[in-house]
Amino acid sequence: MQIRLNGETKEVADGTTLQRLVEQLSLAPDRLAVELNCEVIRRTDWPRVTLFEGDRVEIVHFVGGG
Amino acid sequence: MSTAVEVTKEAFEIGGRTFRSRLIVGTGKYRSFEEMKAAHRASGAEMVTVAVRRVPLDRKTESFLDHLGPELTILPNTAGCYTAEEAIRTARLAREALQTDLIKLEVIGDQTTLFPDNEQTLEAARVLVGEGFTVLPYFTDDLIMAKKLLDAGCAAVMPLAAPIGSGLGVQNPANLAIMREQLSGATIIVDAGVGTASDAAIAMELGADGVLMNTAIAEARDAEQMATAMRLAVEAGRRAYLAGRMPKRLYASASSPLAGVAR
Repeated sequence: MQIRLNGETKEVADGTTLQRLVEQLSLAPDRLAVELNCEVIRRTDWPRVTLFEGDRVEIVHFVGGG
Repeated sequence: MSTAVEVTKEAFEIGGRTFRSRLIVGTGKYRSFEEMKAAHRASGAEMVTVAVRRVPLDRKTESFLDHLGPELTILPNTAGCYTAEEAIRTARLAREALQTDLIKLEVIGDQTTLFPDNEQTLEAARVLVGEGFTVLPYFTDDLIMAKKLLDAGCAAVMPLAAPIGSGLGVQNPANLAIMREQLSGATIIVDAGVGTASDAAIAMELGADGVLMNTAIAEARDAEQMATAMRLAVEAGRRAYLAGRMPKRLYASASSPLAGVAR
């Protein structure tokens, strides 16, 4: 199935959880935040949240800024 | 002498946190992490700003936060947001990632000037204060807007001195002076537009409680040296404000006695 991840289309397996998605992307989970369809999902909930076709996921971190 | 002692002990408080330094610095535009770290140390700043952005999916990234001193308080911003909704979402993401209630609220109204959209800023501030955030809003140097932001529950107000990254210095000193006089109990942090040390000193002499800057240090030829200059300027300006400057006069007033000159 397809989801939108950070504005890009991404193919993921059915039943993929947010936890699995972050792992597949090889992202260090600390100091990241994840939004699913405009709602922040707490890290502790990532393993329980399963993705569905067309879900919009945003994964953010921190960069230099003023 | 007593003033010097008082100033060094004088605490700067934001949302229940106490700081010794009245200088808040950014983390953008540095030519290297080493340069940034050296500048941060030299500035004496205890709080630094960071931006929230999408993780790149096409390459490995290291954590930017690892390059910040562990003793620093991190102030995430909502830079790049053009609506209250975007800023609110960004603030929530920042809080989740950093477990902090601090947010530098920035809602931009125009790409060329980066002037704030005060209306959207106020709307976002109300929502975020309601959600328990310690909101520090960047806004146009306008007294009425400052009052509304404070009424909404913002922990401080952060008027601009000049456009972000312009280095033009305090363009409207009267507005900052009026804000200081009319909002005697509020925390006022001049955010954006400082170009060099004298600009920071002027902001502080006008009664600002603190100054937030990024480009003035990061774009200096020697960032570390400029960071030192800014630390001293902020302290000098603060002391001058507390000391109370002499009145300006149009004509001379002799410092030496007029009588008794040997002729």
